[in-house]
Amino acid sequence: MVERFSFGVNPITCHAWNKDRSQVALSPNNHEVHIYKREANDWRLINVLNQHDLRVTGIDWAPNTNRIVTCAADRNAYVWTQGSDGNWKPTLVLLRINRAATCVKWSPFENKFAVGSGARLISVCYFEKENDWWVSKHIKKPIRSTVTSLDWHPNNLILVAGLTDFKVRVFSAYIKLLEEPNDSGSPWCKKAGGPGSLGTLLAEFTNSQSGGGWVHGVSFSGDGNRICWVGHDSSISVADASRGMVVTKLRTEFLPFNTCTWVGPNSIVVAGHNCCPLLYTFDSSGQLSYSCKLDNSQKKEAGGLSAMRKFQSLDRQARIENDTALETVHQNAITGLCLYSGSKGAITKFSTSGIDGQLAVWDMNLLEKGIQNMRLN
Amino acid sequence: MSSTLRPYLTAVRHTLTAAMCLDNFSSQVVERHNKPEVEVRSNKELLLNPVVISRNEKEKVLIETSVNSLRVSISVKQADEIERILCHKFMRFMMMRAENFIVLRRKPVEGYDISFLITNFHTEQMFKHKLVDFVIHFMEEIDKEISEMKLALNARARICAEEFLKRF
Repeated sequence: MVERFSFGVNPITCHAWNKDRSQVALSPNNHEVHIYKREANDWRLINVLNQHDLRVTGIDWAPNTNRIVTCAADRNAYVWTQGSDGNWKPTLVLLRINRAATCVKWSPFENKFAVGSGARLISVCYFEKENDWWVSKHIKKPIRSTVTSLDWHPNNLILVAGLTDFKVRVFSAYIKLLEEPNDSGSPWCKKAGGPGSLGTLLAEFTNSQSGGGWVHGVSFSGDGNRICWVGHDSSISVADASRGMVVTKLRTEFLPFNTCTWVGPNSIVVAGHNCCPLLYTFDSSGQLSYSCKLDNSQKKEAGGLSAMRKFQSLDRQARIENDTALETVHQNAITGLCLYSGSKGAITKFSTSGIDGQLAVWDMNLLEKGIQNMRLN
Repeated sequence: MSSTLRPYLTAVRHTLTAAMCLDNFSSQVVERHNKPEVEVRSNKELLLNPVVISRNEKEKVLIETSVNSLRVSISVKQADEIERILCHKFMRFMMMRAENFIVLRRKPVEGYDISFLITNFHTEQMFKHKLVDFVIHFMEEIDKEISEMKLALNARARICAEEFLKRF
């Protein structure tokens, strides 16, 4: 059900897969990006992308154009293209920000990408042929704090951002030079009558009525009509644009979640500080409900408590029972969640990475067979 | 363990577990900085409401949380003058060696005897549940340690007095 791989003791800040999932790019919580290639059940380090000078905060791998974009706390972003010899060549992107970049995402058509930052703005970047460089356009208003997460609408024109000012905002990311605004049907643009110019605020949601709760993760659904987000108040919220922007909020009893994604048209997987991915369903009446825990690993029994082990443990750790290991797959908070196979809104496998330096690949079909009461619709 | 200590420690444990959900967060005020927000306090929206858990008016814990760091300040029971002196000396001894304790702060927050500063870098390197265990264990032991020291001090004083008074 779960394949788990360990990449050392350092936290994995973020990870991204290539198109056929034979390679993974990840950052071991420093300025480098490591690219590993899968060989049977093992991973071989084939490239180290070494251009940033501070901690890499975001990686995204465009599957069709085979380009990697990385951003880091040194305020820079690089687009990496692969040469014929297999080496990656960096191109600096002029983000024009003066604080750390926090997250980066390619648009679905892979002709532009968005970078969130601590400079209270989002840079939407595209390649300008005449000048042969990546230029960026800023979305500034009304962002009041750090952008923590981003996601693109499948029509390539709308962007959602989660922020630490307790808000989720939906912006137009339409760039006139690049594309035609071909989405007048989208319910997000109904009020404005179209995507509007870059940076038009299409919708704004507050994480909590009483205020509070940094937004850690946002995700558009497969059809792009719904947004789900997770906040620091351990809540999961869904906003539905096709039903007049109704927000459904569910407070959970778990520790706060860091990421969320739609695995089915009505199901959401969330993961975060409780180290275990959870499945939630959003039913037709507009109710969010807890479905099941995806990690059903059991606590390992040490085969009885022998006297020798007891004294050994007392000697080494000054305690009788050894309860260091958690019973979940991940031993520390999960920080990243990526699609592994399937498509957005119909995911069959997904991968999670965390502070414990592990990468786990979860198979939804096998999980569905193994777990009672789990239903993907 | 007395009947009020157990619920007190349980409350502290649960609050710490909930508070210790920290992320790596670069400063949004100063370029290329990454500082504990609970100490620099430069953005109001990055701080959570502080929580005080108190067992009685002398023994209490203040837990302040921010997006990338948390500060735990403990006020230890000091029933009389001797305990106050012992506590002060003992805390001073530890805080002078703060870097060996990793999560210990060099100075306590005003009104408290000892403070710990836990950042996201600590939770990345160490198990979170073990960090919580450490703080709880510290709180359990510190009372015991001080009352033991007080007994030892009294016993020594008694022997000294006896020896001295033998001369008369």
